[in-house]
Amino acid sequence: MEMRIDEHPILGVKEKGKLVTFTYDGKELQGYEGEPIAAALKASGVMVHRYTKKEHRPRGIFCAIGRCTDCVMVVDGVPNVRTCVTALKEGMQVCTQYGVSDKPFEDQ
Amino acid sequence: MKRYDLIIVGAGPAGLSAAIEAAKRGMNVVVFDENEKPGGQLFKQIHKFFGSKEHKARIRGFVIGQQLLDEADALGVQVILNATVIGLYQDKEITVKTGEEIQHFKGDAVIIATGAAENMVTFDGWTLPGVIGAGAAQTMMNLHGVKPGRKILMLGSGNVGLVVSYQLMQCGCEVVALVDAAPKVGGYGVHAAKIARTGVPFYLSHTIVRAEGEESVTGVVIAEVDEHFQFIPGTEKHFDVDTICLAVGLSPMSQLLKMAGCEMEDNPKRGGQVPVCDTWGETSLPGIYVAGDVSGIEEASSAMIEGRMAGVAVAEYLGYIEKGERDKELAHLQQALEGLRQGMFAPKNRGKQITETEEGIPVSVQLLKYGYVADDEIERYPGVTHKHGIHPVMECTQNIPCNPCQDVCPKKCISIGDNITSLPTIAEETECINCGMCVASCSGQAVFLVNEDCGDGTATVTLPYEFLPLPAIGTKGEGLGRNGKKVCEAEVIDVKSLKAFDKTNLLTIRVPKEYAMKARFFKKYA
Repeated sequence: MEMRIDEHPILGVKEKGKLVTFTYDGKELQGYEGEPIAAALKASGVMVHRYTKKEHRPRGIFCAIGRCTDCVMVVDGVPNVRTCVTALKEGMQVCTQYGVSDKPFEDQ
Repeated sequence: MKRYDLIIVGAGPAGLSAAIEAAKRGMNVVVFDENEKPGGQLFKQIHKFFGSKEHKARIRGFVIGQQLLDEADALGVQVILNATVIGLYQDKEITVKTGEEIQHFKGDAVIIATGAAENMVTFDGWTLPGVIGAGAAQTMMNLHGVKPGRKILMLGSGNVGLVVSYQLMQCGCEVVALVDAAPKVGGYGVHAAKIARTGVPFYLSHTIVRAEGEESVTGVVIAEVDEHFQFIPGTEKHFDVDTICLAVGLSPMSQLLKMAGCEMEDNPKRGGQVPVCDTWGETSLPGIYVAGDVSGIEEASSAMIEGRMAGVAVAEYLGYIEKGERDKELAHLQQALEGLRQGMFAPKNRGKQITETEEGIPVSVQLLKYGYVADDEIERYPGVTHKHGIHPVMECTQNIPCNPCQDVCPKKCISIGDNITSLPTIAEETECINCGMCVASCSGQAVFLVNEDCGDGTATVTLPYEFLPLPAIGTKGEGLGRNGKKVCEAEVIDVKSLKAFDKTNLLTIRVPKEYAMKARFFKKYA
């Protein structure tokens, strides 16, 4: 988790929630309960959150405040979930979104 | 449908300040905010604020945010979070979406304090993962404790681009370059200088040609632009980066006001589509007020005052206070606001060519082009003087409304005077006691304590240092010049981290005496 800031010169050591396990495209990853799903993914090095419906272009975090919808993914079966403002919970199933589906385009 | 005396949309600095003033006068106030936490962008602001004491100068933004929240809480202000106001209709009725539900509320008065949204620019590859807004970077690192990237290029040299670049370095990212299509640095020179002295190169009159990468950003190409912002062939430069950060301005989020039928104007000096309003924020619709960035892009400091003004004005509008009391309060707040709207960066000076300071000193050309004041330019500023023994060197070269240095010096060595934008001067007869308060209190990190001649061929320079790891006494390394290039060998001889310094550590380095006026940063040997 080298993307985590362990100690910050101004903010000190951040209080974190409980360490929880969730899945990303079926793979087990860990993050802190209550942090945005996008933060947990970023900390694990995930860049691509979805592929656009028409041109299949990759998208990731862009605004990080729930405005742009670039970071939406399929979470627990629900598509278009804004991962930058949705809190991580134990056992969440987070999947890359292809168009509006969690199935890669070739399987749709 | 529930009714309130006052409905405020937005729990940022303006909205909370308005709520505080209104609640103080006995009004029943509710604040709606679409975010999970209140405070707007204040909790992402980790630098010390500019201004004077009444503007909460030298206090860090997130601390100010907590103070505002505590004050609102104590007054019983109700803040409803995760609540997006999606409509503002006639008779001051609003619709609020929470979860999958939409509710109606009505207020006898409404203050819109929705703030601003980031602007974007497009270039080849701009939609790739790894291209992010500067606000996103601040959110990731300062709220969520995750680095936005490893190697980052920043586009935009306004205060947001400068402040966020510095913050990126503070959290351990590498900023490879700061780029702006404009020919001059847009933000405060002191913000630029504290980045430049760490070695980050500035590329003015440059912009992004393309972001490279298939699945996410792996590199970026920039090129120089001519006066018509067209690329000059053959000037392309490539950087390996995993993140490109965009800080290209803000636009007021004024959609609700437009929807309600407020008279609007397109005003580039205020950042775009803004409501027409009077000095304390009343729009063309009686009872609908505005405060903060939604009525013109400025700073959080001015948003807080505008919020207070709108709160006081609404109190009178609804009969909670008399006109006389309102006018007295507003006159006082107006004065505080005017204090912030002075100097080279005042809204009225936007877009103007400024070649001299108020004192008639030529502005530093190097600072505007490369982010640092050149060695042969620095001597012309009144805060830069020479004397025997330790003394402050104030590398403050632009007229900015800010005066903590004058307030904190116990020996009154530093003087700004009543005009808050004046450049600091050093009083001849006073004696510096090396307390370090001026160094730690300068929001622009532009003050150094220098002993130009220790008598043994060396000099000492005390500089502000807000990075980790903090070098220990005895650490050897390089003294870097204002341009971030090595000028000499240096050794850390003292490190001070007092509570009064508020996380700005003071590093004292020993350098050969000919570099006393040149070495301004310390880099440990790798």
